[in-house]
Amino acid sequence: MSLAPYLLRRLGGLLLVLLVTSFIVFGLLYLAPGSPLAFILGPRGGTPEQIAAVTEQYHLDDPFLLRYVAWLGDLLRGDLGYSIVYRQDVSALISSRVGTTLALVSMAAIIIALVGIAAGTFAALRGGWGDQLTSTLAAVGLSTPSFVVGVALISVFAVGLGWFPTFGSGTGGVDTLYHLVLPAVALSVASAAYLARITRAAVLEEGGREHVQTATARGLAPGHIVRHHVLRNSLIPIVTVLGLTIATLIAGAVVVENVFALDGLGSLLVRAILQRDFAVVQAVILVLVVAFVVVNAIVDVLYTFIDPRITLGSRQ
Amino acid sequence: MTEPLLRLDDVRATLRLRGGEQTLLDGVSLTIGEGESLGLVGESGSGKSLTTRAITRMLDPAFRVTGEIAFDGASVLSMNPAALRRYRSRDVGMIFQDPRAHVNPVHRVGDFLTESLVRDRGVDRREAERRAVVLLDEVGVRNPEQRLRQYPHELSGGLLQRVMIASVLLAEPRLILADEPTTALDVTAQSDVMAILEEQRRARGLALLFITHDLELAAACCDRLAVMYAGQIVEQGEHVYEAPSHPYTIELLGARPSIDERVDRLPVLRYDRATHELLKAEAS
Repeated sequence: MSLAPYLLRRLGGLLLVLLVTSFIVFGLLYLAPGSPLAFILGPRGGTPEQIAAVTEQYHLDDPFLLRYVAWLGDLLRGDLGYSIVYRQDVSALISSRVGTTLALVSMAAIIIALVGIAAGTFAALRGGWGDQLTSTLAAVGLSTPSFVVGVALISVFAVGLGWFPTFGSGTGGVDTLYHLVLPAVALSVASAAYLARITRAAVLEEGGREHVQTATARGLAPGHIVRHHVLRNSLIPIVTVLGLTIATLIAGAVVVENVFALDGLGSLLVRAILQRDFAVVQAVILVLVVAFVVVNAIVDVLYTFIDPRITLGSRQ
Repeated sequence: MTEPLLRLDDVRATLRLRGGEQTLLDGVSLTIGEGESLGLVGESGSGKSLTTRAITRMLDPAFRVTGEIAFDGASVLSMNPAALRRYRSRDVGMIFQDPRAHVNPVHRVGDFLTESLVRDRGVDRREAERRAVVLLDEVGVRNPEQRLRQYPHELSGGLLQRVMIASVLLAEPRLILADEPTTALDVTAQSDVMAILEEQRRARGLALLFITHDLELAAACCDRLAVMYAGQIVEQGEHVYEAPSHPYTIELLGARPSIDERVDRLPVLRYDRATHELLKAEAS
């Protein structure tokens, strides 16, 4: 299958997934107890007239399906809705925050790829104590929650040594990257540990393949064999895990953004859920779903470059 | 007497296991002269493949190898890593049983063929590809330029084995080790590949160690035969096929099915480890 029809098919799949997830999320929020009224009108509640006015303004009394269809219609016109908490268009709210999350996730993805692949390859090739050490570190990394890592990083590198800022996303550009170093590390520890284990297993398996014996028998340099035959052929499992990891990082950023007080999509989502800001919750989740599907599509296309035996849309 | 190209003298390979040791090559001695071909035959597990691995020093590190392996006078077992790489790259070429598994599936055929030349010999990529095309043509691959750009999975097993042979010839070695090069192929491809290997070998005057369990094939294309059993060479020489002297070889040759008469049951070899040990004890 060539690229264009393949992407078209993936796009159709994406729209279907979006429709289903939006319906589920909309339904769950509808069923969840609590209402935005309490937040809008404050802790003392409002007069019956005020409640009626707000209910009328946000269509809070309309039946479920009607509200869903109305929201869907707005969405098709490019209108993500209006946040009743921030009194702002949701699209403006999201676009002002998506950059932070994107930068955070990209940085974490780079750290995961570099550290995970390097550590896994080292463990597989070195064997002995190097393998033991890496496996132990990976187990510790995998079992430590990111908020614990975050707090530990803050107390050591921000408060203790003063090398990095404790919170916030900085003033843009290099300053933002500087502010994002600790959060990105916190976000990447568990995933890097996981990728290291996958890489280790893949390198061990590929290293034992017959074609590696051929390369050895031809007297090729060990470094060349590792790069061009072992690592190159291990890329399928590595890229699969890396892709899935990056997709889940976007959701994982929720916790880390809260620990480091970053104004990204994650912290926005948490606050919106707590305040029953339905339009924001819906929109953020749609963005997450789109990111997830797009990352997976990219991984699928990458497969065809990594392994010539795989063609787009095949089941091999 | 001048030194042969390859000389194995009392080579033993011992595998250290938890419950003791197991000797899988038990004093193998053989020689191959320049341009000579030796057929190494024997049943599965007799140590044929281990012998080729020992010659290229590719046995698992768990093996302890003793004895002497000399290539053109140089001791293979005491080579340093650089000398070993040079020896593998320039002196010996190895043709494996299953080309499908032994050629990296993610690189193009052209990259496989030219890899060693470009990497280790400093040959320009264009020049390496030109040589590869010439060789592919010589081993009977049609449209060689097009094949260079294809991936291994797009080629048939017989074609891929020819590619493997071409890759070995490209390195211009002095000795070819062929470990059952035709076993994984279908019958028609087998004879083609064998004919090509033999033709190219003779044309270039290369020495060959040919491993197979096909006695007749080995007898047909090799100058000498060596018969292996239980990690030992029980018999070797120029007339093993016509006039076997060791009981195992005699029985093995007698067990060949004949096309002239029909038999209900194929004969079973009665020669086993116990007989082997007994004979060894008598001999010493």
